[in-house]
Amino acid sequence: MNNAPLFDAPIAVLRHALDTKAISSVELATLFLDRIEALDSALNAFITVERERTLAEARAADARIARRESGPLTGIPLAHKDVFCAEGMLATCASKMLSNFTSPYDAHVVALLKKAGAVNLGKTNMDEFAMGSSSETSYFGPVVNPWKPGHVSGGSSGGSAAAVAARLAPIATGTDTGGSVRQPASFCGVTGIKPTYGLVSRYGLIAYASSLDQGGAFGASAEDCASLLAAMTGFDARDSTSLDRPAEDYAAALAAAPVDAARPLANLTIGLPREFFGDGMSGDIRAAVDAALAQYRALGATTREVDLPNARLAIPAYYVIAMAEASSNLSRFDGVRYGRRAAEFTDLADMYRKSRGEGFGAEVQRRILIGTYVLSHGYYDAYYLQAQKLRRLIAGDFRRAFGACDLIASPTSPVTAWPLGAMRNDPVQMYLADIYTTPVNLAGLPGISHPCGFDASGLPVGLQLIGDYFSETRLLTAAHRFQQATDWHLRRPALAA
Amino acid sequence: MSLSNEQVGRLAHLARLAVSDDAIDATRAQLDDILALIAQMQAIDTNGIEPMSHPQELAARLREDAVTETDRRAAFQAIAPHAEAGLYLVPKVIE
Repeated sequence: MNNAPLFDAPIAVLRHALDTKAISSVELATLFLDRIEALDSALNAFITVERERTLAEARAADARIARRESGPLTGIPLAHKDVFCAEGMLATCASKMLSNFTSPYDAHVVALLKKAGAVNLGKTNMDEFAMGSSSETSYFGPVVNPWKPGHVSGGSSGGSAAAVAARLAPIATGTDTGGSVRQPASFCGVTGIKPTYGLVSRYGLIAYASSLDQGGAFGASAEDCASLLAAMTGFDARDSTSLDRPAEDYAAALAAAPVDAARPLANLTIGLPREFFGDGMSGDIRAAVDAALAQYRALGATTREVDLPNARLAIPAYYVIAMAEASSNLSRFDGVRYGRRAAEFTDLADMYRKSRGEGFGAEVQRRILIGTYVLSHGYYDAYYLQAQKLRRLIAGDFRRAFGACDLIASPTSPVTAWPLGAMRNDPVQMYLADIYTTPVNLAGLPGISHPCGFDASGLPVGLQLIGDYFSETRLLTAAHRFQQATDWHLRRPALAA
Repeated sequence: MSLSNEQVGRLAHLARLAVSDDAIDATRAQLDDILALIAQMQAIDTNGIEPMSHPQELAARLREDAVTETDRRAAFQAIAPHAEAGLYLVPKVIE
């Protein structure tokens, strides 16, 4: 079925190898831990790796497999973005503020995956508090793109994307507030899905912008993403936005044979927003996306133009809402109950100021300051309320577009991975590159990014598919059919040990 | 729209953030860039549009008024910067 080495094998192959005792979970975990040890010094994809803890989880998984009590992910190694809390482990959110924070509890997602018997390889690097599009704002240094030394991994879930791309982990969790799963997936040549807002519980996920934050999954393929996402979703009373819906078996949907094998997407209409296919994307990206759309048509899909007239307002609306919510969420870091307290201060007010001033990096401080500004008296209506009204217009654009198509396609990003440091002093330039991903979060819709080619310098290009609410199965199936007919998702970077 | 150093100082005070005098000019310039970006929104007529605060129209869930959490004070205070006898300690606020 597949002759790839086990570190490069799909989850289905790992499952089979574990169930037939061709390999134990301890051996599999060791394989990935050894790869992390050999390769991660060049990538910086991980913040925390605890070999003994991982091996203990793997031994427990082996015992379950021996008792024939294994589920789809029992004994499968994975990595968690360091925004998720795991009991007894550091949860730093890539911030100096939380660099000493050992979580006393599990995030719902972490608990679900533990219960499933998945084996945690470690916590991945990211932009500080998930604020950034390049994983360069981390207190622990930037993540490096496995495809090209000296280039960014994308962000904010850059460590998870790079870990999967470099096969330091078969699958990894992430979070997506404005594109933080899809954009790094695109930059690192892997597949990443952000589900409908409310499907994945945010309990134990360190909050950035609560009306936008959503957990998501990375894998080499849509099939692997389906396995992970299925295990992450589910109602959780501890998250007031968690939706109580019947579980969907994404993997079974993908495995089902299409009615017409030659044209498996014959009933699918893909909308192409005029506003997303104008100027502003590089020629290489345009060519890769056009070729991918031709492939979708060859698989039977129909493409047609649609309009998202307000999508151009997504960047300002997104940044106002995200920064406003961030300024509120991050007020909890006060140096009193957990996290870092300044060493020297004169009184309580000074302790707050210094703990926060020393604990937060420059980008986090900028977002807190702008968030404070747009929420302050006299500016609230002009900024925050206006952004929420634009949000309504953008969501309405999608609703109308989905009257004429099943999925919407676009590039995931107008650019490929940029050189490290290229945008360090120009945050606005980096914000503008989130043009195709932020509208999806504002509307709360699901989106997936899958590899569809490379630019002239060999950096991956991603295609984004956007679905209507709760269309995860349709998104994953479309990407899966594409991947059954192409091999972009099987390309791997050459890594220097 | 551009901010003065005094306005940046005021925002930093509201946000309880120590911004050093050395950094204030650079911070102000970058905040001005961000404000210029978001100023685009002002040109759009949104009269009569209902603000959208959340992607799902959800009613607040109710539950039985019952204790569901266990007492984990010791575990939570073990990670506090300064706790003693079950209390979080901060500098004296009342003389």
